[in-house]
Amino acid sequence: MKLTGAEIFVECLKREGVKTIFGLPGGVVLKIFDVLHQQKDVEVILTRHEAGAGHMAEGYAKATGKPGVALVTSGPGMTNVVTPLVDAYMDSVPIVVFTGQVPTHLIGNDAFQEADNVGISRPCTKYNFLVKDVNDLGQIIKEAFYIAMTGRPGPVLVDIPKDVAMNKGEFHYPDRVSIRGYNPTYEGNKWQIKQAVEAIHKARKPIIYVGGGAIFSNAHEELLEFAELTQIPVDMTLMALGAFPGSHPLSLGMMGMHGSYASNMAVHFSDLVIAIGARFDDRVTGKVSEFCPEAKVIHIDIDPTSIRKNVHVDIPIVGDVKTVLRELKAMLKATPNGNAVEQRKPWWNQINEWKAKHPLTYEQPPDALIKPQYVIDRIYQFTKDKDPIVSTDVGQHQMWAAQHFVLNKPRRWLTSGGLGTMGFGMPAALGAQAAFRDKLVLCIAGDGSFQMNMQEMATAVVNKLPVKVFILNNHFHGMVRQWQDLFYEGRYASSYLDTVPDFVKLAEAFNAVGLRATKVGEVDGVIKEALKVDKPVIVDLEVDPYENCYPMIPAGGSNHEMIIEDPPEMKRGEKPASKVAGEDKDAVLTA
Amino acid sequence: MEHIISVLVENKFGVLSRVANLFSGRGYNIETLSVAPTLDPSMSMMTIVTRGDDKIIEQIVKQLNKVIDVIKVVDLNESEFVERETALIKIHTRQEDRAEALRIADIFRGKVVDSTPTTYTIEVTGDVRKVEACINLLQPLGLKDLVRTGRVAIAREPVRQAAAQPKRILKEEK
Ligand SMILES: Cc1ncc(C[n+]2csc(CCOP(=O)(O)OP(=O)(O)O)c2C)c(N)n1
Repeated sequence: MKLTGAEIFVECLKREGVKTIFGLPGGVVLKIFDVLHQQKDVEVILTRHEAGAGHMAEGYAKATGKPGVALVTSGPGMTNVVTPLVDAYMDSVPIVVFTGQVPTHLIGNDAFQEADNVGISRPCTKYNFLVKDVNDLGQIIKEAFYIAMTGRPGPVLVDIPKDVAMNKGEFHYPDRVSIRGYNPTYEGNKWQIKQAVEAIHKARKPIIYVGGGAIFSNAHEELLEFAELTQIPVDMTLMALGAFPGSHPLSLGMMGMHGSYASNMAVHFSDLVIAIGARFDDRVTGKVSEFCPEAKVIHIDIDPTSIRKNVHVDIPIVGDVKTVLRELKAMLKATPNGNAVEQRKPWWNQINEWKAKHPLTYEQPPDALIKPQYVIDRIYQFTKDKDPIVSTDVGQHQMWAAQHFVLNKPRRWLTSGGLGTMGFGMPAALGAQAAFRDKLVLCIAGDGSFQMNMQEMATAVVNKLPVKVFILNNHFHGMVRQWQDLFYEGRYASSYLDTVPDFVKLAEAFNAVGLRATKVGEVDGVIKEALKVDKPVIVDLEVDPYENCYPMIPAGGSNHEMIIEDPPEMKRGEKPASKVAGEDKDAVLTA
Repeated sequence: MEHIISVLVENKFGVLSRVANLFSGRGYNIETLSVAPTLDPSMSMMTIVTRGDDKIIEQIVKQLNKVIDVIKVVDLNESEFVERETALIKIHTRQEDRAEALRIADIFRGKVVDSTPTTYTIEVTGDVRKVEACINLLQPLGLKDLVRTGRVAIAREPVRQAAAQPKRILKEEK
């Protein structure tokens, strides 16, 4: 059967079960959009910026576990999607991005809107393809989805020149593909798993350190069983939140730079670290040479390069987390060691002491400025029974959300970890909402981050994606200001965002709903109101601009040396003056 | 420490850049690199000479294996191997030096591959020490130009296995 490249493209998406794609057209992809326009199986969500499309694909993928798809044009369309590609590569998010390219005979000629798409994306994709012949298109798309979804997931880019989309070719979509240079290992090595079992039986102060890999591998049940069987405390990275129930008695919450006191102390003083689908990022290890100095390390990961990249590993297990945990559990059960749990009592006593010493708390005096932690806590209280999906941007609000919004299920937490991409939150929320129209999707944003992709409010309104955006508005790049307070004597260089925009008016301009709270007493009201409306909502919450996020391990510090509160020697900077003409309605900052 | 790594790759567009990107992106050094198709024209063999401690070399080998177009990676330092490099050395020769140049070439079993009244181009092949020794001796005569292929290397066949059936090359078992 002969089809045009554009028809083949759409046919392939259908065979892959893709229901929704995110994109923005341009000259060389018009043919593809034209074909998409004439069918109903694949929904196209028109975004306002290609970065929005890329992050929406990521949000879709993270929430569903299925590949997210974006379609953009050549040149600037492609370059705009680079940030989401890098983001997805860092956080192992399976997305497939299709880019248009100038016709094959013009490639290399500096043609209009030509960019070296495969060259630009080579270092930030798991793999990429330039399709030179329409007859290869089906095979390539199959391989693209296969590579994105298998092994350690990641972004794949397929560059389609205009003539390939226009020309007719033979449609061939293989049922399965095999690539001789690509054979991910799923089964863990039995001998190593046996070593792990022995180490677990012997350990007196063990800790489980879970990363995002546990979520990609759908291993939450196996993880829960493993932890309950062994009664070992669980630390989660930012990416792993939800992989293990945050409210479970074995959970110590998030670890790392802004992790809980107990979680960081526990990993530091442990004698056995069981790392599961994690990659020992520097935001987790702190100073590598002082990371868990007395511990043996078991590392389970599907990507061999993650193992021994940053820290020494005693028992490496390359394999799929879910498969390995099953095997591990079976072997643990076969070699019972009834005493282990008993012998770890002192360890738990120690952990409970740490928990009691510095729990995650905050104070909210009723007549003081709104504390950002209080806002998160209240959103959590109002929504926890609704099983919401929560996305965040990047900064203090992200860390407060990670600390105070308790997640009990996987794929409910959308955040940019490895790259720390401001502007990720809102489009990611839209991607998740597009996948689950009936679910409650919340976005916890900073005023700085939100402004990086706020154009996508139009996408939300037009496509009836009723996300609830809560902006913790501190009129600062808050996380930057925090570092300036702590390490730059309070000089607020380029971190003050002034008093604009008015987010309520902005919401109204987009024909969305805008709400605002400036006092503690108003917080509950606006949250309830936001949850009632069946439209996209922006809630502007004027929070204490000088609140700092703790605990904090200073970059390069060791995990047991956390700052718990503003240090006495910290120098607070001066309140910046507003530069917005004739205005000083910045009441919050003056307060 | 110096390592010679053989990398069997798909013979297709962009592969060299994937491998080169990996080294530059992660801050590893490439000292020499040579690439050519293998007996099976769908594959190429790259020989990469690099440097690093055990930890870095372990990462390099793993990272190379992770590249989807890479079919097999062998760190040749893990066994016995033979290596060769070829240099083409163009030297200025005054009349009185021409005999000396030929003598040096001869010592290293080099060949004169081009000659003019004032120059010789000498081809020399051998392990890297031999090639460098030859260059060093020729240099005082007046080096005009020099190109080197970079090193290629191949594992020595263990004597016992040599008699057995030839094995197919498979992707490294992980
Ligand atoms: C695209 C991008 N640019 C710059 C940074 C550096 N950065 C990290 S946090 C931050 C401030 C974030 O401010 P805001 O979104 O208002 O959140 P807050 O910290 O105030 O909660 C900045 C600028 C980044 N992470 N991403």
